[in-house]
Order: sequence, then structure tokens, then C-alpha cells
Amino acid sequence: MSLIRVILPYHLRNLAHVGHEVALEVEGPITQRSVLDALETRYPMLRGTIRDHNTLQRRPFLRFFACEQDLSHESPDAPLPEPVASGKEPFIVIGAIAGG
Amino acid sequence: MSKVRVLVGTRKGAFILTSDGQREKWEVSGPHFAGWEIYHLKGSPADPNRIYVSQTSGWFGQIIQRSDDGGKTWHQPGTPPGEPTTTPEGLPKGESNKFVYDTSAETGKPLTTHQWYDGSQRSWQFKRVWHIEPSRTDPDTAYAGVEDAALFRTNDGGKNWKELAGLRGHGTGPQWQPGAGGMCLHSIILDPGNPQRIWTAISAAGAFRTDDGGKNWKPINKGLRSQYIPNPEAEVGHCVHHIAMNLRRPGVLFMQKHWDVMRSDDAGDNWKEISGNLPTDFGFVIDVHAHEPETIYVLPIKSDSEHYVHDGRLTVYRSRTGGNEWQALTKGLPQKDCYVNVLRDAMAVDSLDKCGVYFGTTGGQVYCSADAGDSWNPIVRDLPAVLSVEVQTLPGA
Repeated sequence: MSLIRVILPYHLRNLAHVGHEVALEVEGPITQRSVLDALETRYPMLRGTIRDHNTLQRRPFLRFFACEQDLSHESPDAPLPEPVASGKEPFIVIGAIAGG
Repeated sequence: MSKVRVLVGTRKGAFILTSDGQREKWEVSGPHFAGWEIYHLKGSPADPNRIYVSQTSGWFGQIIQRSDDGGKTWHQPGTPPGEPTTTPEGLPKGESNKFVYDTSAETGKPLTTHQWYDGSQRSWQFKRVWHIEPSRTDPDTAYAGVEDAALFRTNDGGKNWKELAGLRGHGTGPQWQPGAGGMCLHSIILDPGNPQRIWTAISAAGAFRTDDGGKNWKPINKGLRSQYIPNPEAEVGHCVHHIAMNLRRPGVLFMQKHWDVMRSDDAGDNWKEISGNLPTDFGFVIDVHAHEPETIYVLPIKSDSEHYVHDGRLTVYRSRTGGNEWQALTKGLPQKDCYVNVLRDAMAVDSLDKCGVYFGTTGGQVYCSADAGDSWNPIVRDLPAVLSVEVQTLPGA
């Protein structure tokens, strides 16, 4: 079991009633999928807001970053960088800068 | 004394405006869901403390919110935190913001295609909820009109939504196409005396009716005429902007179409134009006086190319003859340098003895007339662009 740090964008923090960063216990390999599954289990009000309900694909105006890398186009089952898996660095969900 | 609660959806949140029956002094609550687009919020006639909200975002998608205390607190109906996301059988659980077109063999229809702007065919894709219509008798039942156009229903207070697939799949779907705002189902009218009968309207497909609780639907567009489409009197393809009905006279419907104001006296089977002396043929809102079924209100917009009011003057038009003869109502409304729009769900009436009429503008003003349109006052002037206005008439303390 690993303790993973996740940073959410402003509106999702408000939806989930959490602060800037949440800590999640994640079992097994640390991947985008396992982290987001754990996030949505702990905060079910976020289901459908980061990934499409049906396809589980990332919503178009959201990106995933960690360790100064854009991981948005990585496989959801690829291992996340070791500093994320060890809890040193957060997994960041960020909204695209667009709109008014 | 009775009270009114005005529910306002805007581009950047929801606002609740409350007053006593005089409708002179107002309290403003909000923004609720600040920064989110609130396409619509509406209270349950069966339990006025129950309010459903459609909260959307281009980034984060669709959220459904619910209040059980008249808008003081809100929650997303659905699975409590920590519960598994799947059933013991491994199937995904329904969630309050999950709108999945029904393609099941038992109740669904194949997910066909609809027409795109360029005439090509596109598959149906859920985008947002435009309108929520709570049941008149059961607070836990509500209907949602969505983009791409379809009708959903919840029977558990918004936790799960299921499509009434007979509408999307009844056969004319490949001829439906989006209007400029998207292919949205924006109007839902529940017959107060016949729970099997529902009217809906879609831009740009037309009006539809079911007489068996949503299993089967038929287009009801006979008499509509839309220039420039290949067959101006086609069964579907008309850009209906809004429909309205007085609850005391079910079956008499009024319609603001992209062009023309229309009326039906036979539940939508036949329509006739009642535009009469209106200054333009374009507009979005239409509503009916709560107690006078022949008194109707529209707000003409200059044209489909210029989405603002005619001649720089914000003017409501009222007909007391069921159409054709229209009176301009201007007292209290800006009569120069005004270039706002009033969107399709942004007019409502209360049911106080002296019927109140309300509308909101893209300039962020919400106006109230406490005398059936004779005079108007702004309740608020500087909200974000208003998308929808609904009114609840509540018993006094």
C-alpha cells in the first residue's frame, strides 16, 4: 500500500470539499488508472469529472502532470514516476487554460 | 403572505432571489456553484424544498446538484464516499452525473446518427443537461433534457438517470441537427392531468409528444414552416426555441420558434401562426399568465443574425387574446442603448393572485413585474449572463 499525493484543480477541490492536496492509499502498481480509481472511490463526487464515465478516457481539457513531465498521453496503465509512487512528488490534475 | 423564490442560472453560478408577495424587496443568495455554468435549476412542485440543478463545465463535464432545504445546502445525489464504484456483479454503479444513452435490448434503441451542420451524420454524444423538469407529484422523480438531444428520467432523487429511448429512437433521428447552441432538448412539459402525456421540444428537430409515459413518441410539427430547409413544412427539422402551456388548460400550447410565434389548440397536432403585429419574427422565450390562459408573453429579438433586442429597447410583448394582437410593455425597462439577449429558459411566471412575470438577460439583469407585465423593476442588475429563470410560489410563514 502506497500513500500517493494528488493535487486537484480549484473546482474539483470544491466539489470534493478538500484542500489543495489529497493523500490516497493505493494498492498495487502505481499508475494513472490505479490512482484515479482510488481517488474516485474516496471521492465519488469526482466520477465523470476527470475521466469520461464510460470510456474512462481523460476529459479533453484536463492534463496530468508529475515531476515536471506531461503524462497526459501516457498509457493509463504505465507506471507513474518513482517519486510519485514513493509520495515524494504529487500527481497533478490540471485544467487547460482556456475560456472566459 | 405568500413568498416567491426566483431560481436563476447563469454562466458563472446560480443565484436565489427571494421576496414576499409584494415582490418589492429582495434578498439575493449566491453565487452557488461559483464559476460553473448553471444551465437550469428548478424546484419540485411536490416538495418546494427539493431543487434540482444542472451544473456544467467545459473542463469537468456534467454535475447534478440537489437541495432538500430550499437552496440553503446542496449535495450531489449518489454514492457515499468510500463505497465501491461497481456492484457485486462487477457492473458500474449509476451515478448522479452519468447520462448514458440506452442501447439495451430490453428498453433501448440503437445509437444511430443525427445530422451535423455540414449535412454529414454524427453519432450521439452526451454533452450537458439543458433542462430539468421535476414531477408534479413525486419529489424523487424528474426529467432531464440533454444535448445531444434525448430525455432522461430519475425515480430516485437524481441518483440514477435512465433514458426514455423511444424519443431519440423513434425514427426521425437522422434528420435532427444541432442549432447554433447545440442539439439540445430544452423544453419539457408534463401534463398535469394525464401522467402518460409529455411534450418536449428540440433544437433543431421540433416538438414531440408521448401519450404512453415515454415509450412511444411522435413529431407534432404540422403547421410549422421553416424557410431555407429543403422542405419548409417537413415533419422534423424545425428550430423550436421554447414551448409553454398554462396548467389550467392542458393541450393549448404556445411556441416561440426560430421564426414565428405559434399556437396549438389540439395538444400539438396542428399549429397556426400568431405572430401578428410583433416587431420581429425571432426570439427565444415564451410564457403564459398563471391565471389567464389567453394571456401570453414573448420578448422579440432583432434577428437570428443579431442576437439582441429590437431597436435597442428591451420590450416584452403581451397578448391578451391568445396571440396575433400584441401590446408592447416598456414601463421600467431600458428603452435606449440596450443590446442584451433573453435566452429560451429565462422567463417564468409565479402563481400569486396578481401574476408575476420574470425574465433574465445576457447582461445579467433579472426583471420582475408584479402586475402581469404592466410595469417592471430590476431585482438585480449585474449578475453573469443569465441562462435560466424559474419561480417558486411558496406559502407564507
